[in-house]
Amino acid sequence: MAEQDRRRRMEETKKQWEEGSLKKVLNRFPERNKVFVTGSNTEVNRLYDPFDLIDFDYIDELNFPGEYPYTRGVQPTMYRGRLWTMRQYAGFGDAEESNKRYQYLLKNGQTGLSIAFDLPTQIGYDSDHSMSHGEVGKVGVAIDSLEDMETLFNNIPLDKVSTSMTINAPAAVLLAMYIAIAEKQGISSSELNGTIQNDILKEYIARGTYIFPPVPSMRLITDIFDYCSKELPKWNTISISGYHIREAGATAIQEIAFTLANGIAYVDAAAKKGLDIDTFAPRLSFFFNAHNDLFEEVAKFRAARRIWAKIMKERFDAKDPKSMMLRFHTQTAGCTLTAQQPDNNVVRVAIQALAAVLGGTQSLHTNSRDEALSLPSQKSVRIALRTQQIIAYESGVAETIDPMAGSYYLESMTKKIEQGAMDYINKIDQLGGSPKAIEKGFIQREIQNSAYQYQKDIEEKKRIVVGVNQFQSEEEPMKDLLKVNPEIEKRQTEKLNKMKKKRNEAKVQKELKLLRKTALSKQNIMPSILNCVKCYATLGEICDELRSVFGEYRESLKI
Amino acid sequence: MKLSDRIRQGDTRAAAKLITMVENDFQQAQKYLKELQEYCGQATVIGITGPPGSGKSTITDRLAKHIRKIGKKIAIIAIDPSSPFTGGAILGDRIRMQDLSTDKDVFIRSIGTRGQLGGLSRSTQAVVKIMDAMGKEIIFIETVGVGQSEIEVIKVSDIILLLLMPGMGDDIQIIKAGIMEIGDIFVVNKSDREGTDRLIVEIEMMLSLNDVRKRNPAIIKTIGTENIGIEELWQEVERLNVYLQDKGEMQLRRKNRIRKEIHDLFLENWQELFFQFIGEDNIENEVQKILKQDIDPYSAVQKLTEVFKKQIIKGG
Amino acid sequence: MKNSIIRVLVAKPGLDGHDRGAKVVARALRDAGMEVIYTGLRQTPEQIVETAIQEDVNVIGLSILSGAHMHLFPKLMKLLKEREAIDIIVMAGGIIPGEDIVELKKIGIKEIFTPGTDTNRIIEFIKENVKVVR
Ligand SMILES: Nc1nc2c(ncn2[C@@H]2O[C@H](COP(=O)(O)OP(=O)(O)O)[C@@H](O)[C@H]2O)c(=O)[nH]1
Ligand SMILES: [Mg+2]
Repeated sequence: MAEQDRRRRMEETKKQWEEGSLKKVLNRFPERNKVFVTGSNTEVNRLYDPFDLIDFDYIDELNFPGEYPYTRGVQPTMYRGRLWTMRQYAGFGDAEESNKRYQYLLKNGQTGLSIAFDLPTQIGYDSDHSMSHGEVGKVGVAIDSLEDMETLFNNIPLDKVSTSMTINAPAAVLLAMYIAIAEKQGISSSELNGTIQNDILKEYIARGTYIFPPVPSMRLITDIFDYCSKELPKWNTISISGYHIREAGATAIQEIAFTLANGIAYVDAAAKKGLDIDTFAPRLSFFFNAHNDLFEEVAKFRAARRIWAKIMKERFDAKDPKSMMLRFHTQTAGCTLTAQQPDNNVVRVAIQALAAVLGGTQSLHTNSRDEALSLPSQKSVRIALRTQQIIAYESGVAETIDPMAGSYYLESMTKKIEQGAMDYINKIDQLGGSPKAIEKGFIQREIQNSAYQYQKDIEEKKRIVVGVNQFQSEEEPMKDLLKVNPEIEKRQTEKLNKMKKKRNEAKVQKELKLLRKTALSKQNIMPSILNCVKCYATLGEICDELRSVFGEYRESLKI
Repeated sequence: MKLSDRIRQGDTRAAAKLITMVENDFQQAQKYLKELQEYCGQATVIGITGPPGSGKSTITDRLAKHIRKIGKKIAIIAIDPSSPFTGGAILGDRIRMQDLSTDKDVFIRSIGTRGQLGGLSRSTQAVVKIMDAMGKEIIFIETVGVGQSEIEVIKVSDIILLLLMPGMGDDIQIIKAGIMEIGDIFVVNKSDREGTDRLIVEIEMMLSLNDVRKRNPAIIKTIGTENIGIEELWQEVERLNVYLQDKGEMQLRRKNRIRKEIHDLFLENWQELFFQFIGEDNIENEVQKILKQDIDPYSAVQKLTEVFKKQIIKGG
Repeated sequence: MKNSIIRVLVAKPGLDGHDRGAKVVARALRDAGMEVIYTGLRQTPEQIVETAIQEDVNVIGLSILSGAHMHLFPKLMKLLKEREAIDIIVMAGGIIPGEDIVELKKIGIKEIFTPGTDTNRIIEFIKENVKVVR
């Protein structure tokens, strides 16, 4: 009874407000825009109030932290228990230089290493390949053989650290090298802790460091799932990434829709291979982007958790709650950083990082202000890390769980994003799943349309970017930009040549032949790759062997 | 050195420039095309058509690589649609032909349809001649795969490959009309996909119903992405080539092509003449009248044609 | 009947796969009535120059974010010179630091657009410069 009275009173009051003071003000002072939209062009109402949450069911839609569908977070205590991992993606030059840096970080209390590889490594070329010229050691460390990996992890006990490797097409090779080093250190592979990105579908969609066509690529991935579930139970076998999809211009809804659709494709592939869902699904992790529109982003993270939980439970019939929990890493949005007035980027990164934390991320990388100009300088990297620390220790947002929950706006937005994403996922299902949708170019086209729209909106000043299309000012160019040492390429090539003279060539050729045989068969490919890396076959040699069996992928243009 | 001589010596840059001229200013280009004519007629021209996404670019790339192994020189004309609104285009077929771009004996040219009716087949034919005169032995024409001008363009070739793929659903109905009849060889690409056998049965049925020429076009299965069936496809092309030569059919096709070329060129010249004589003002005048219901378009054109005729007789 | 259309080769040298910018520009140029030859990722300087010549483009637009521009661009310009094709205008975009811009302009790259450039500026640049050359 009281409930009904309250409701009636609310309705009446709202009506009075709308027809009274609101109308009066609107007549005299029209609003800034006819329509208001989020950073991803989703329409935003003037006001959100209890009427937006009329059918809201707390248990169904949110529930308590650590409970299905995990909207409020995957752990019961969230950051009150432990803060998110502050994980800065780094890696530069050659293995020796990077090793020094890692040792320094570990001495200073960091336990998680995050490794960036240079582009030749990511595409499976050795440093002396003609395609590698000018790229060696540029965006990360160059790895040609087990020897480089030994240098990279020299004096680093692999049972004491967790290592995240941003590697996709040749992920199996780098993982094999990691296992081989652990063996040399006398550490069992079951002790190893870490993550490989291993997400090839988003490479076709957005990031571009693919090697092989989809079918053999998916086989490599499921081979890794299978192998790790037996040999490396603590290893995160994939980081299903929306980050690059968003960077390519996707909206918030598209980011999670396409990422989760890819996730479905991986689970499908593994299930088809006969793997039990609850043995591999708990090792799946995700990687998202954090943009400027604070509420939309927080809603996005929460919606993603809710959707994934439902998919795992209802569609795949998972039983283990761990299979349903969407754990994710976040990186702030590189594409929002401006070359103009780069110091402003510090503020953007702060808002984005805040969104990630309010969204319940498990780990976070904050970008450096100068990333639109070059590789980040030391000083910029430090500011970026400090930004996270200020959020963690000064802002107060980590002291209670999911503090924005219950906001009329946030919950409405969470629901809207969930619906939008589900519409896409259904559409992709109709097209036959995400690999087919990629082949048809559907996903790429949707993203490109969003990217083009965004650019047009900026050019027509429908969207303001401070310092770019408004509030411009004359400025001094940034100084102290980091440069990669051009000697690295030469050094790396010399090292490679020397190593090749030392190794047992006959053994290498024999193992490569065996690898070829395995590749042509249906057997798990991991043991063969492991044998190859152990006798110092190079990354390029291994990938070339696989190229000759699997062929190479060519992008399809969808504009 | 003369432009035509440079082209005959295989100079890529000279040939590329003349192709641009063909596209931009055909009247001027004719001067050079005349000089090249006597060096043409050596190449075999292979048309590749089929719906968008069926794998035309992929198969062209694979065939080209296969033929390069026997040392023949190749040219490829890759046609993509232009925007009817802006006239601009994104020409992306080369993505699938990346490895060919640094082969000195392969010349690839991307062409936008540029929306001129009839114009495309005329300029395609001219581009073929330039490539022929350059000494290219096999010339591929990859067409857009849809639209009205499709058939006209593809008829510039000696042998036509029609690509189909399983899982197109009703699309095959659309293809039936017109295009089915001109395919010399049916290529069922993406035969790694489900529905391949069904598609083959469908094609066989359609051919037995529709084909009045009483021939039996081969149906070849390929997987472009995996380089499967390419050798068989090329063998069939060669076999058919010999067959068509022996039967005199090739000669007939070439003759028809010349007839068509004369027709096209003539039409273009007259068109230009007509609009020169009549002038935009006169046409605008008639448009206004039609708008006001003073006259109907049939009588208006009749009138203009009469004026034109008189002008010509006067002009001699 | 004259019907001149500006032709532009949009190419991505280097190994990075960030083609958002290249694709947005390709589309904007198409919408401005130009013919864009798009060749995709991982193009070598040799491939770019050969393609530009075969396609007889007026402009080559390079997009690179891998940081290898100081290695790849000079090589490309050298090849263009060798093939006597320096009449083709070369422009570039991507993450290119100011000091490199100065160097690259010296070797003949006509304009460099940094991130955040309005596509209309690129269109204007092309229209102005192609006219001068013709
Ligand atoms: N599964 C499969 N895909 C293919 C095959 N041939 C081509 N494709 C893919 O189909 C898409 C379209 O190919 P493309 O050659 O560009 O087609 P076009 O539009 O007819 O020129 C690309 O993604 C190709 O990789 C094939 O035999 N099997
Ligand atoms: Mg094509």
